[in-house]
Amino acid sequence: MYGLGVLKGMAVTMKHFVATYMDDIHWLSRGGRYYNDNALQVRQSTKGKGVVTVFYPEEKLPVPERFRFVPFLVTDELEAGQQWGHDWCTSCGICAKVCPPQCIWIERGKQPNGRPKPEPEKFFIDIDICMNCGLCAEFCPFDAIKMDHDYELASYDRTTAHIHDKERLSKPISYWRSIAPKRADAELAAREFTQLSKSKKKSRGRDAGDEPEQEERIEAAKLRQLQYQGVLY
Amino acid sequence: MSDTILEAPATGDQPVVFDNPVDEVTAALKERFTEFVADDTRPGYGGLVVSADKIVEVAEALRDDLGFNYLSSVTGVDLIEEDKMEVVYHAYSIDKGGDAMVLKVQVDRDNPVVPSLTPTYPGADFQEREAWDLLGIRFEGHPDLRRILTWDGFHGHPLRKDWKEPFFEEEAKPFGSRWPAGEVFRAEEKNVYGKNVQYPEGWAPSGAEYEAETDSYAGITYSRESTPGLKTEKVTVNMGPQHPSTHGVFRMALTLDGETIVGLKPVMGYLHRNHEKIGERNTFIQNIPYTDRLDYISSMSNNLGYVLGVEKLMEAEVPERAEWIRILMAELTRISNHLWALGFLLNDMGALQTPMIYYYIERELILDLFEATAGSRMMCNYMRFGGVAYDLPDQVRDQPVMDFLHDLVYDRLPRVLHQGDELVTGNEIVRARGIGYGYLSAEDAIAFSAAGPLLRASGVPYDVRRANPYSYYEHLDFDVAVRYNGDIYDRYLIRIDEMQQSLRILEQVLPHLKATEGASIIGSKPQYALRMPNAGEAYGRVENPKGELGYYMTAKRRSANPERYHVRAPSFINLTALEKMCMGHKVADVVAILGSIDIVLGEVDR
Ligand code: SF4
Ligand code: SF4
Repeated sequence: MYGLGVLKGMAVTMKHFVATYMDDIHWLSRGGRYYNDNALQVRQSTKGKGVVTVFYPEEKLPVPERFRFVPFLVTDELEAGQQWGHDWCTSCGICAKVCPPQCIWIERGKQPNGRPKPEPEKFFIDIDICMNCGLCAEFCPFDAIKMDHDYELASYDRTTAHIHDKERLSKPISYWRSIAPKRADAELAAREFTQLSKSKKKSRGRDAGDEPEQEERIEAAKLRQLQYQGVLY
Repeated sequence: MSDTILEAPATGDQPVVFDNPVDEVTAALKERFTEFVADDTRPGYGGLVVSADKIVEVAEALRDDLGFNYLSSVTGVDLIEEDKMEVVYHAYSIDKGGDAMVLKVQVDRDNPVVPSLTPTYPGADFQEREAWDLLGIRFEGHPDLRRILTWDGFHGHPLRKDWKEPFFEEEAKPFGSRWPAGEVFRAEEKNVYGKNVQYPEGWAPSGAEYEAETDSYAGITYSRESTPGLKTEKVTVNMGPQHPSTHGVFRMALTLDGETIVGLKPVMGYLHRNHEKIGERNTFIQNIPYTDRLDYISSMSNNLGYVLGVEKLMEAEVPERAEWIRILMAELTRISNHLWALGFLLNDMGALQTPMIYYYIERELILDLFEATAGSRMMCNYMRFGGVAYDLPDQVRDQPVMDFLHDLVYDRLPRVLHQGDELVTGNEIVRARGIGYGYLSAEDAIAFSAAGPLLRASGVPYDVRRANPYSYYEHLDFDVAVRYNGDIYDRYLIRIDEMQQSLRILEQVLPHLKATEGASIIGSKPQYALRMPNAGEAYGRVENPKGELGYYMTAKRRSANPERYHVRAPSFINLTALEKMCMGHKVADVVAILGSIDIVLGEVDR
């Protein structure tokens, strides 16, 4: 019969229509289908039913830990009266070298005698150019640069507001812990592990001269494995 | 490879493994054209160097006598140190599969003239225009050798090694100005014009040089004569660049007789940013996030093609779990791309939004997985040389990842395919608009170097995953989807078939992902400072959702940057056949035909 295909299609649309309203009713006594964080998680998952609309900006989907947006710099916690926490960044330059569009500028700190100091004097990221690739955070050996979760960076003037300097970039470690708790823990464990093997190495170096430290190399390799497996980041 | 690999099934589809036919053909060519071909003896290189005046004959022999009838890629390389220009051809055998027959032609750099292969292989048309545009290689005998990606008034040929962009800083990244004494500046402010534009020396435009009206229709020739007996004239109409059906900024200059198409020229390049030049300035790892931006619907597979190419160059090993994750991501990408493509195809045929929205509910789930794994929904930047960047996450939304994948593969995706089938496959309007429109025969599809669903919907069962398997595809059990009518409707159906095959693959991948949980996902090379251990060339290719995506790369020993980096973009090359498919149809059909090719302008314009 001509038109059967169209009718069949209509039936599918009808099913969606009904499913959406049934879902509304289902959530009615559970806080409502919209503006309800619990409902949002379910609606967006594989268990969701009907057609989904997220009412942005009133409703926002939670982002996963690995979500990446323009990076920030990790600092120590602020102490009372301090304006900035101590930078974790040692201005080693790896992030600036790996950054694909080359949007990181770092001025290395100097000691009074002119020698380099492991601290950035200035640090800029041009967020217009940043492609949110996350390579800087992936390769920073000091966990000092991390990808942020704040994606609402629109502004009225790109020429003045879009070059983030050190002040704008710096955020305390507690912030990182709040947006990515699992990763922050894993990184902490990794740092402690490295610290431990370093101190072992030192004490051994004093006691037994410089023997080939096979054990340490194995441990380092294990750590690397952990990192690659995504257990440690 | 551990024992978690599936045994090849005892009956049914045996994985097809081809003998490599290239050696045989190389020998045959050497015998036949003894004086005119020679092995490419540079360390790490392969293929044959052919003398320029014989290339057409060699190509014809390849096609007609030796079975290498599919000219996949044509590009150029600027060998500035030897003062030569090189044209590189990759040809395949559709029947036998296997590796590419690589041909090279070297000519004088100051006056690079090579006979055009377009009359022999129409699929070389746009690629030769691109090589002319970007490298300044003139193809003699090409019917319409104009610039294609840059604008007509562009000065110079930007992929030449001595061409410098207006905001040029250094030959290669990383730039010295970033560290240790980095002072921020905006590149655009350094330019004398304050804009990212460079003008020829001594150029003082008066406004009269550029005949906008005629120049923008260059390449279109038609006579005013029209249907006999009727007082009509042919007219030329622009569709696009701003047109909802073009899926981006893309223009078609149509010549119409009444409402019937009698000529069509695609005009592209509005999104051109010279991906390849950027790629040659980048270090190897810096290119990975850039490949995301080619076909931005399928960034995972774009990554895959690129890392496969680099892995060939550096001979990296990939751990087993990483391979399974790669296949998982590549096949999910295929499904998400096809859902997208079908949504838009139906949209273009008048099924506004409804099927699209239904498809996207599921596509959203796939993107959720990508986001939880790689950190971004579409710009995944996930593959690394010798593995992947991260393991699968513990959870996607509130669900353990394996449960999530299980639901996706066994419940949600099969359901949407079935439901999509009910919704539109039998729909009378879709059938009326699809069946018989935009016909492309199997011979034409091969001649036009069409790839992917476009090729297979015309009855050519060619799929890189089978013909030249990479990763673990030869161990997986799946069929190459093929349809025989070569029209819009078959291109709709074949995408559904392909998604079903992808689901079949995913069902085989899931147990391996479970079995290899916790295993290593990457070899242990530090990648940010990768230096290529060997000189040479490599061509990494994958069956992307839109067709064969190839990366041609050459590198010097110990170099941190590719010397030449070329992308064989399936969307771009598939457009070569657009005019052929549209001839004789009506304006409204052009929209549907274009939708059935499934292009992404990020990849067309590069
Ligand atoms: S890689 Fe880390 S420590 Fe090194 S300069 Fe960048 S942020 Fe600082
Ligand atoms: S996210 Fe990528 S583009 Fe942005 S600053 Fe880091 S490395 Fe550079």
